[in-house]
Amino acid sequence: MADHTTTTVAVRGCNIKLMRGGSGPPLLFLHGASGAASWLPFMQALAARFDVIVPQHPGFDESDTPDWLDTIHDLAYFYLDFLDQLDLKHVHLVGASLGGWIAAELAVRNTQRLASLTLIDAAGIHVPGVKQLDLFLGSDEQRIRDFFYDQKCADEMIARLIRPELEDTNMKNRIATAKLAWQPRLFDPHLHKWLHRIDVPTLIVWGANDRVFPEEYAYAYQRLIPGAKAIVIPECGHIPQVEKSAVFLSELTAFIDSMRKAA
Amino acid sequence: MKFFNFHLMPYRHADLDAIEQNGSAWVTYSNRHYDPAKGAELYHEYLDQMELADKLGFDGVCLNEHHQTAYGMMPIPGVLAGALARSVKRAKLAILGRALPLLNNPLMVAEEYAMLDNLTRGRFIAGFVRGIGAEYHAMGINPVTSQERYAEAHDLIVRAWTEPGPFAYEGRHYHFNYVNPWPRPYQTPHPPIWIPSQGSSSTIKWAAQRRYTYAQTLSPIAVVARFFQMYRDEAEKTGYTPSPDQLAWSNTIYVAETDEKAMREARPHLEALVNRFLKMPVEMLLPPGYSNIESMKRVRAAKVTGKVTSVEELNKTGVVIVGSPNTVREKLAEYQDLAGFNTSLTKTQFGTLPDDMTRANMTAIAEEILPHLRNRLPQGKQQAAAE
Repeated sequence: MADHTTTTVAVRGCNIKLMRGGSGPPLLFLHGASGAASWLPFMQALAARFDVIVPQHPGFDESDTPDWLDTIHDLAYFYLDFLDQLDLKHVHLVGASLGGWIAAELAVRNTQRLASLTLIDAAGIHVPGVKQLDLFLGSDEQRIRDFFYDQKCADEMIARLIRPELEDTNMKNRIATAKLAWQPRLFDPHLHKWLHRIDVPTLIVWGANDRVFPEEYAYAYQRLIPGAKAIVIPECGHIPQVEKSAVFLSELTAFIDSMRKAA
Repeated sequence: MKFFNFHLMPYRHADLDAIEQNGSAWVTYSNRHYDPAKGAELYHEYLDQMELADKLGFDGVCLNEHHQTAYGMMPIPGVLAGALARSVKRAKLAILGRALPLLNNPLMVAEEYAMLDNLTRGRFIAGFVRGIGAEYHAMGINPVTSQERYAEAHDLIVRAWTEPGPFAYEGRHYHFNYVNPWPRPYQTPHPPIWIPSQGSSSTIKWAAQRRYTYAQTLSPIAVVARFFQMYRDEAEKTGYTPSPDQLAWSNTIYVAETDEKAMREARPHLEALVNRFLKMPVEMLLPPGYSNIESMKRVRAAKVTGKVTSVEELNKTGVVIVGSPNTVREKLAEYQDLAGFNTSLTKTQFGTLPDDMTRANMTAIAEEILPHLRNRLPQGKQQAAAE
């Protein structure tokens, strides 16, 4: 497809696969635990207004698994290096789930190259007493089913990802996810202490029916990041950019437009 | 052949239907099903059985470690080993083993095992394992670093036993300014190290290179023979010919007057073991990173965790030996020659088998099997047989 290109980029010796399409201000999308094997419709829609950059994280999909990859912090610093190397400025950083965790860790460290931050059903913090699904005890198919409110979306994702030729990649992604998130389970006990450092406009987008990170997590992130705006989308699970892509896209573009007006 | 009485110490009063309904006896099977009054009785019943094994002439008794499961009530095997260190007077005492990567301080295993070696005046056998995948769910330990932590913990423990302290240990996962455990082990240079495994080729190679006794868990005898051959090959590559004493087969034996009676009596208890206590979803058995992608795919493809197995099948494939004294003697000798081991780690209690039947089984093994095979060594060419 001509709507995006796929390249390999080496950042300090680590080769990662990168999809890139569209033009406009840069928008860096950090994928979740299932990887970023393909250019999805919401990426294509964003490409109408943005220079959409979708890397595969070190350890995931077709990217290298470097020796230095131990914790989520390593990926946060990696993407700071990545932004420097590509010399990207005024970046709209968008992270979903595990990628949202990386985005938050990056933003507490350095927002110099960021214009805004969007967290979609993001991992990274812990809200005591909120029941969460165990992502490591169910089958691959059950896990995808649990991500969605609308099971038709689950059917589509299962058909796209649970294929014999993707078995090795799926296992690679599972191993990388376990390495980063097994214990403490999908959060960094210290992140919440430093989220006040985020000084760029922040949008929190959440599925009201997310069972992995229930909506309490959206409000917790909103409380912890100064001035953050939270949108909770009804009848929507863990992956709003797929399950409710129209709502997601209009909320994201409205947020970025309002930011520009304010500036 | 040497005979060790290997106990899993199952919670044999477990509600088998509730396990079936839950999908597993591990991690998520609620401890509401544990009755402390019954559990306390079981601990004493099982410890009494271990003491009986000593009196009956078994060469050793074995404990192991599993967490949050009705399959075995030994999360801290050292407690039971401590209880047995003085009451088992003659036999060896083995923990097969402690799951090293689950510990944030493996130096404590160096201490615990050294204490047991002193208490038994050198009758202790030190087993090291990684724990099965379920343990990583139960204990919140990252499975991805399990192999690294295992290797490092092992190195730390062996150095703690063999190098005069204090010295500093600087590893990737463990770091100590002072390694200086008191007591030191009773045996020189340290207790024998045994490595139980489900048959990972990297573990077999690692054990063979270090001349550690390799113990094969719950497998058909043809598979056991293949893994033991792999061990002998790796030993030869390292430059030595291993003794059959370095190979231990973990099995289950049940003896009764006739084959038919033995099968009839063992059936419900063995089937409870393999189809209930051992059952778990593949995601529980193999969390991501516990093994490499190739072996994870192999296990997934074999669908080992979902199969329902009959006693006939277990007996026919030589996972267990159930039969008359004559049948058991013949099969053990045949399997010894096929696989080339000289140690039988035998579960005499299994699944829901009650105390009286366990004791009868132990006595029958001691009287009808041990005397006939005690001085027997593997015969013939195992290499040819295994091919």
